[in-house]
Formats: sequence, structure tokens, C-alpha cells
Amino acid sequence: MTRMKSIGAAFAAVLLSSVAAHAGDVRIMWYSDGGEGEVIKDLLARFSKANPDVNVILDEVSYDVIKEQLPVQLEAGQGPDIARVTNLKALAPHWLDLRPLLADAKYWDDNFGAQADWMRPDGSDAITGFMTQLTLTGGFVNKTLFEQAGVEIPGPKATWDDWAAAARKVADSQKVFAMAIDRSGHRVTGPNISYGANYIAADGKPAPLDQGAKEFLSRFVKWNEDGTVNKDVWVSAAGTTYRSAAEDFINGGLAYYYSGSWQVSAFAQKIGDSFDWVMAGSPCGTVACSGMQGGAGMVSVKYTKNPKDVAKVMDYLANADVQKEFAERSLFIPAHKGVAAGPVDFKTDNPHVQAALKAFVESAGQTAAAAVKLPGWKWSDAYYSAIVARISQVIAGEMKLDDAYARIDEDIKAKVGGN
Amino acid sequence: MAEKTVSSEPPAKAGLRQALLTPVGLAMGIVDIPMRAWQKLTGLNGMAGVFLAPNMVIFSVFVLLPLVINFIYSTTSGGAIFLPNRTYVGAEQYRILFDCGSYLDPSTCAADTFWAAVRNTAVFVVFQVTAMLIAALATALILNRELSNRGFWRAVFFFPVLLSPVVVGLIWKWILQREGLLNYALSPFGFEPFSWLSDRFWAFFFAVFVSVWAHMGFYALILLAGLQAIPKDLYEAAAMDKASPTRIFRRITLPLLMPNLIVVLVLALIRAVQIFDEVFVLTGGGPGTSTMYITQFIYETGFASSLRNPGLASAASILMGIVLVILTLVQLAASSRNEKKGTRR
Repeated sequence: MTRMKSIGAAFAAVLLSSVAAHAGDVRIMWYSDGGEGEVIKDLLARFSKANPDVNVILDEVSYDVIKEQLPVQLEAGQGPDIARVTNLKALAPHWLDLRPLLADAKYWDDNFGAQADWMRPDGSDAITGFMTQLTLTGGFVNKTLFEQAGVEIPGPKATWDDWAAAARKVADSQKVFAMAIDRSGHRVTGPNISYGANYIAADGKPAPLDQGAKEFLSRFVKWNEDGTVNKDVWVSAAGTTYRSAAEDFINGGLAYYYSGSWQVSAFAQKIGDSFDWVMAGSPCGTVACSGMQGGAGMVSVKYTKNPKDVAKVMDYLANADVQKEFAERSLFIPAHKGVAAGPVDFKTDNPHVQAALKAFVESAGQTAAAAVKLPGWKWSDAYYSAIVARISQVIAGEMKLDDAYARIDEDIKAKVGGN
Repeated sequence: MAEKTVSSEPPAKAGLRQALLTPVGLAMGIVDIPMRAWQKLTGLNGMAGVFLAPNMVIFSVFVLLPLVINFIYSTTSGGAIFLPNRTYVGAEQYRILFDCGSYLDPSTCAADTFWAAVRNTAVFVVFQVTAMLIAALATALILNRELSNRGFWRAVFFFPVLLSPVVVGLIWKWILQREGLLNYALSPFGFEPFSWLSDRFWAFFFAVFVSVWAHMGFYALILLAGLQAIPKDLYEAAAMDKASPTRIFRRITLPLLMPNLIVVLVLALIRAVQIFDEVFVLTGGGPGTSTMYITQFIYETGFASSLRNPGLASAASILMGIVLVILTLVQLAASSRNEKKGTRR
């Protein structure tokens, strides 16, 4: 009978463990762009050693899981205790306000205050998390290909047209693709803003697609049609699916790749000394030479069973020393104000990485006001998604550009109306 | 000579006693007594209900209830998942789906992507099912012949069925991508690298080809079983009458294989309407929306889109369910007609 009771108790324990978090468990959902997963594991191992009462579990997942599955879990009132996400504002109602739980809320306000609004509901002063890095979009150049083709790399004030023309010359000479831009609405928004686009209407809701956006999008479609841009990237999926062209650049198949600072770490690891590359800021439009700000934030989820332990982990990760080590080892631009102000000694021997990060920091000064607003705007993702889905259809030959513009407006309107 | 043990009990009773001595037998015996009592009390139908109850509970919880919930979702709007947080809108989602200038031209529809997916699915079903039937029948006919190493060849054709659809999609993606095996194989013949999956025609062609390649073995096996059930003496008689192979095929093989062919046809139809996994991995639904089928539309709308619309996705899935029910009824009708024909013979 005792044996039966033991078996029953064990069975009950297994069942309970599958449905509920234990006191002291803090589950983190994490994705990596480069080598930052290893760094965070290391940092958390140190935390666990110093805090044996808190059991931190790091679930490493792909970015798609964060983008597609996490929101569904959150809507169902479930999910991890902490998550690393990029869609911070639209999901803000699901984040936990850490303010009353933190050891020193003022420290957070002082060091992470500039981006705090990106991840909290409008009008709130909640502290929901911190940015693990600040990112900026920008163009990467395969310098070796440009040199082999005898084409001069365009200067800092070069326009998108200048870059397209130069990259085309390299492509013709070296038999590679001239350009690629990630299949992402965020990625084409920097160029759109450079041509004068403004997504936000006076009432804070999405404005119809304006002439500025059309200026760049029409160029982008033309470049896909004439082969300047590798059209595989944008037609290789339907709907809003994200696709990066990083592999093409890493394999030396691209003269110019427009992506962002989060790629630096991956390029350092994967390109090695296969070829020389540089980061060349954001090309200019008629109004600005702006990239898009962004980044991934660590946020606490309000459905956690262990808010105090979550706050303890977050306090540890937000610590200046931890932030400095994380930025230096993961090769990310730090979001911590104090760390960013001091010297950041990026741990790499790769000369391209140091130069690229310096260039990103310099080009951050050129970011247009509209691009600074968008990461904290609720409807950014709705706008981005509509652009990706419809412009892909134009590139695939399914739709005329003017019809796509009309459809983008309708899609955004439907999404705003339905939410 | 060994002496026989004589028992006064009948053999059945002796067997029962023997069975009751084992733990399983004892357990069965204990269950048997109330069952028999219940049977006496309520009759056979009541007993059937008792046996069916566990299955009915599982069916209700995991099939019927989700169906009802799905229908309720289709009458609500908003991005929330938790049902009480959703707004009741009646038939609004269905109205959006059916709001079309012309159903033949998706661009005139409010939900243009849905109708593009419907059109794509219809075209895919026609081509894929036709190709599947022809390929499976041809394979079954070949494998039914006296080949050397016949078992090996049967395994070769059945092998893709064992693969996960995601693996199938990935394998073929590696073959067909620009730096893939196909372009590499064609390059010695002077072919420039070509993006097979970025071209509307080729993306569709390979969506059909890959799904036929992946599932044909299963249908060929059903047809092979049918071919082996055809009496050999019919073929011997036809050979003695010097009937041509075409005539033998048309007059003996095809009519006698018809029940299996109908099963294959309907199963392939249902599977084709539900197509998702391997094509999603292979083409992502692109280029544009040219290989986006209904299931992907439902997935994208309900789960993958940044601002999900579970209500619209549920309404689309209800419509797809209706199509599948119709196809299943066709299968049942066709099967029962065949059974009746068989009985008449």
C-alpha cells in the first residue's frame, strides 16, 4: 500500500510539474542573432550560483517562435516568465510592471529610461524590462568585391540611387547579386523615411501610405524587376514571414546588403577572413539618410507565478557590470546609458567588427525623428506587415504597384479596426 | 503409452477455470460478471453504449468541442485568444470572406488572399490528384510484375512516405534553391543558375511534384493490394483468348481495381485540399501568393500575422471543413455503391 501511495505521489508530482511553475522557477524564452546565447547562459550560470533559491531555465528558441508563437501564448494568459522580444509595444499589455518589485527603480529610469516607453502601454510609467541591445539598420558592403570590380565605394552622403548604380557595376563584373534587403517592413521603413514617409497620422493612428514611402517602394520594386536586388528574398514566402539575406552576404554572393547592427556578431563569426566587409551607414533619400532604430528587449511577463524572483533576475541582468560584459562579448551596441557613456571594449580581434560598430554609432546621429518614434508606436508592426505582404505580391507579378498601395491602406485599416 | 487424464467437466468450463487462475484472466472475470448482469438488465444496445462511452467522451472533448469552439470563434472579432475577451459579431467574418465583386477574380474580393488561396487550392487539387492517381497506378502496375528484387523496389517507392513532410520540404528546398543540387547538376550542360522556387510556374510544378513524390508510395500500396486480389485465372483466360494488354487492362484490371481506385481518389482529394506542411517549407507560399493554399491562409491569419485575426481564420476553416465533409460523403457514397455492386455480382 505504501508503494502504491509512493507511485501515486510521484505521478501527481509529474502531472503538477507539467502544468505549473514551481516557486523559484524563472523561465526565459530567448532567441539569438549571433553568439549572444552563449553569453547570456554564462551570465545566468553565475546568477544561479549566487542565488541557489531561484531556478533559472533558459529556453533557446528560433526568432519565428518569438514572432509567431509567443504572442498566442500571451493572449491565452500563458508564456514564459521573461522573454526576449522585438515586438515590444504591441504586446505591452502582457508585460509585468516591475517598478514596485525592483531594488532601485530610479537606477532603471536613469539608465534605461530612454527606451522604456517602447515596452509599456501608452500613458503608463511602468518598468517592464530593458533593451538587451540597441540596433540600427544600415548597409553592409562586400569591400573585396568592390575592389575586385574596380568600383569605388560610395561616400557617406550617397543616395540609394548612387548605391544601386555602384552595386550593379560590381554585380555585372563579379557575377553576384548587386543588393538585397531583408524581407521585413522594418527594414524598408528607414529608406521610406529617408524619402519623407510618415506613418503616424495626427490622431496617433496609421496614416495612409504617403508619397515619401511610395518614392522608395517604387524604386525597390523596379530594382527587383531589373535584377539589381535579389528578388528571391522577397518572393520566397507569402504573407508576412520574415526572411533575411544574411546567408547570401556571408557566402559572398552580394555586393551590398541592407540589414542592421545585430548582424555584426554573426558576420564576425561566419565570414571570418573570407573577404573584407564594411558597414556604410544608411543611404540618403531626398529628405534624410536615416536608418531605423530598434532592438530586442528583455521583458517580464505579467502571467508569471514568481514575480519577485523575476524581478531579482531582471535586476541582476540590468546591472551595469553585467550589461557591459554582455555588450562587449556579444558585440552589441549597449542600451544601458551608463555603459554606453563609458568605454566599451568589444571582445574581438576582427578589425571589421570594431569599425562596423563605430560606424553604426556614428550613423545613429543621422536617424530621422520619425524613425525614432516608430519603435514605441503601437501600430508599427501592422504597417510593416502590410507593406511586406503586398510589395512581395507586386515583385512576384501578382499585383500592380498602385493596387498594392491601396491594399496596404486597406489591410492596415482592417487590422486597426479589428483590434 | 501415456495415460490420458479424464475430466468430468466440459472443455470450455475447464478452460475458463484455467484462465481465471492468471492475473489477467482473473481481472477479466471480475469485469465479466457485472457486464453480464448489466447486459441481462438492459439488453445488448445498452452494453454497446457502455463500451462506446469512453470513445464518445474522447471524441467529444478532442473533436466535437473544438469544432463548436471554432464555430464560436468564427462569430467573433479582435486579436484576443481568450474567448470571453472577444467581441461577438455574428456572421461578419463570413461576410468579409464572401465580399467579392467576382469570385473568379480574387483582386475584387475584400479577403483577396483567401480567394487566391481557394483558387490555388482548386488548381493544385486538380493537378496533384490527377498526377498522384497516374503515378500511383503506374507504380502499382510495375511493382505487381515479376521483378527481380521486387521487395526492394517496393521499399524504395514506399520510403518517402516514412519521411516527415517537413523533412521532405527541406530536402527538396536544398535541391531546388539557387545554390542547390539541381542547378549544380545542370551547370555542366551550360545552364545558368536558376531560382526554381522564385518562378511562379516552377514553384507550382515542384509543389505538385514533391507532394506526389512524398505520398505516392502509400496510394501505390493500396492499389497493389487491389491488384494482387484480382484472381490470376482471369488473366490466364484472357491470355488464352489472345486479348491485347490494353484490352486486359481495360476489361479486367481497371474494373476490378475500381473500389481501390475510388478509395485512393477520395483519400488523395482530401489530403490535397489539406496541403500545407511540405509546400510551406518548400516555397513559404510564394512567389507572391502563388503556392499559398487554404491551410496556410488559415495559419497565417490565425497565428503568424503580427495582428492575428482568429475569427477570420476560424470562419475560413469552417468553410474548408464543409468542403472536406462533402468529399467524405462522396467517398462514403462511392464505397457503398461499390459494395452494392459487389453484392449483386
